[in-house]
Amino acid sequence: MTTTHTSRAAKRPATSGAHGRHPAKSRQRPNWLGGLVSWLWLAVVIIPIYWIVVTSLKTQSNYYLTNPFAPPADPTLDNYRLVIEMDFPLYFLNSIVVAIGTVIPSVLFSFMAAYAIVRSSGASRFLRGVNSLFLMGLAIPLQATVIPVYLLIIKMQLYDSLTALILPSIAFAIPLSVLVLSNFIRDVPKELFESMRLDGATEWKTLWGLAFPLTRPAVVTVSIYNALQVWNGFLLPLILTQSPDKRTLPLALAAFQGGPYGVNVPAVLASVVLTILPMLILYTVGRRQLLSGLTAGFGK
Amino acid sequence: MSAISARRTSSAAATRGGGVLPWLALPALVAFAVFALIPLIGVLLLSFTSWDTLGEIQLTGLESWKSVLTDPGLPHALWVTFLIMLLSWAFQTPASILIGVFLAGRQRYRELLAVLYFIPLLLSSAAIAITFKALLDPNFGLGAGLGLDFLTQDWLGEPGLAFGVVIFVVSWQYIPFHSLLYQGGVRQIPRSLYEAAELDGAGRVRMFFSITLPQLKYTIITSSTLMLVGSLTFFDLIFVLTEGGPGDATRALALDMYKRGFQANLMGAACVIGVILVLVGLALALLLRRIGGRDPYASQLEGV
Repeated sequence: MTTTHTSRAAKRPATSGAHGRHPAKSRQRPNWLGGLVSWLWLAVVIIPIYWIVVTSLKTQSNYYLTNPFAPPADPTLDNYRLVIEMDFPLYFLNSIVVAIGTVIPSVLFSFMAAYAIVRSSGASRFLRGVNSLFLMGLAIPLQATVIPVYLLIIKMQLYDSLTALILPSIAFAIPLSVLVLSNFIRDVPKELFESMRLDGATEWKTLWGLAFPLTRPAVVTVSIYNALQVWNGFLLPLILTQSPDKRTLPLALAAFQGGPYGVNVPAVLASVVLTILPMLILYTVGRRQLLSGLTAGFGK
Repeated sequence: MSAISARRTSSAAATRGGGVLPWLALPALVAFAVFALIPLIGVLLLSFTSWDTLGEIQLTGLESWKSVLTDPGLPHALWVTFLIMLLSWAFQTPASILIGVFLAGRQRYRELLAVLYFIPLLLSSAAIAITFKALLDPNFGLGAGLGLDFLTQDWLGEPGLAFGVVIFVVSWQYIPFHSLLYQGGVRQIPRSLYEAAELDGAGRVRMFFSITLPQLKYTIITSSTLMLVGSLTFFDLIFVLTEGGPGDATRALALDMYKRGFQANLMGAACVIGVILVLVGLALALLLRRIGGRDPYASQLEGV
């Protein structure tokens, strides 16, 4: 039952909204232990997040005096103003440039590669080799190779630039993206490809005109996932840049906390909130696809 | 580039498997080769050199290997890495399975739970580390604010406590993700198995152990692979939270590599650690594949 067929069958309903495949387990006694652990862990997850938000709205003096979980008596946005004055808009912009610069090429390249791998269906030895190469890339902790990456970036005279962050990030994102996308392209009915071919469409046209639109949910999922990875990336910015004006957000956060304003906990937490906001928006937009893609795809 | 050539030749080679398709894979292959494949070979080559980041790279044979392998810091870092791997796995797996089984129910509020559970996945490790550092501060953190003595400890100043905090924060960050994996896994168990068991009068606990758990075998292997291989690369979290301290209580391999390379400027030695990391990662992946009887990576990531 754990062949690819079950997973494919399960993915369909998932991409169109994950409801109502099984009826709820009704006649069962309730699952007390699972419920207890779930609610308990939900509290463990939510309480720090709640604390971040309320604290970021308090003044520094109030932070020391009031109950940590009490909402602020007079909420203030001063912390956010301070953070914005501390060059966070620049770091924000850097992060956006790096994220877009990574996600678009990595997803497009990966899609083309995935299309080629699926369409040749093992007929091309070259493409089989490429596929196993990417699979190997998944098994290896690529972070272990950062020192040669650092050397390479220096030799290419890209050190301390945003390009230095984008290029390795594209490469690191490719194996996973190709795997996910090719699994979804495989689900496109063969007859559709066949009829495109009979109409005389080129592979290039079939790729963008048929496969790409039909697998859009997967493209969205992969794009959001890659964006999250890059947005939250820390190691590459840490070793490949040094000027403060090239910082991306996670690095800026760490520097802000380690710097003279680090004692101002509400301001530090305001900076944390600001860094999550774009991802929260992306998540809200793509939540259904991301959750269902994740649960349907991983758990077979 | 290849796009243009693909367009030009594709009409001629419209038959399947023709000459066009390999060109389509070329951009991804080139990007991957330059910034992943070459560095992978590079890390091995550089481990036979000495380089202080400023001067020339000098070929020094096995010198870096000798210095690292005789350094008592290495077994310590290996031990710390192993302990983090094992303890975070042992804590996360049962909790994730329990939560995943619960979340798999079709009640509406459980969908909402799944939405809230996703939030830690949106935060960077740096942000999470910063938050917990502030929360656990003995003077200004939660313990002091609430006046609770058991929370007012030097969490990051005592080796044992700091280690526990790392395990806890790792779990905080990743249990939600693995719960969602198990949720997906449970939902794919055929309903008929439970119906048959119900007719036989099996209770919930019995069903969990004789149906749910065996049916989740591959999800458990996938999730464990992700946890174990992933734990090799916990860098950001430990770097921001403890910087490997106090002392070197939480100095795991990835951090050890960074410190040797970028703080002590011993790039050759750092590359030795890099090679060790790659080997441990590969060995783990192979081991889990053998246990599972198939490639965990071939199955796991469809639709992340």
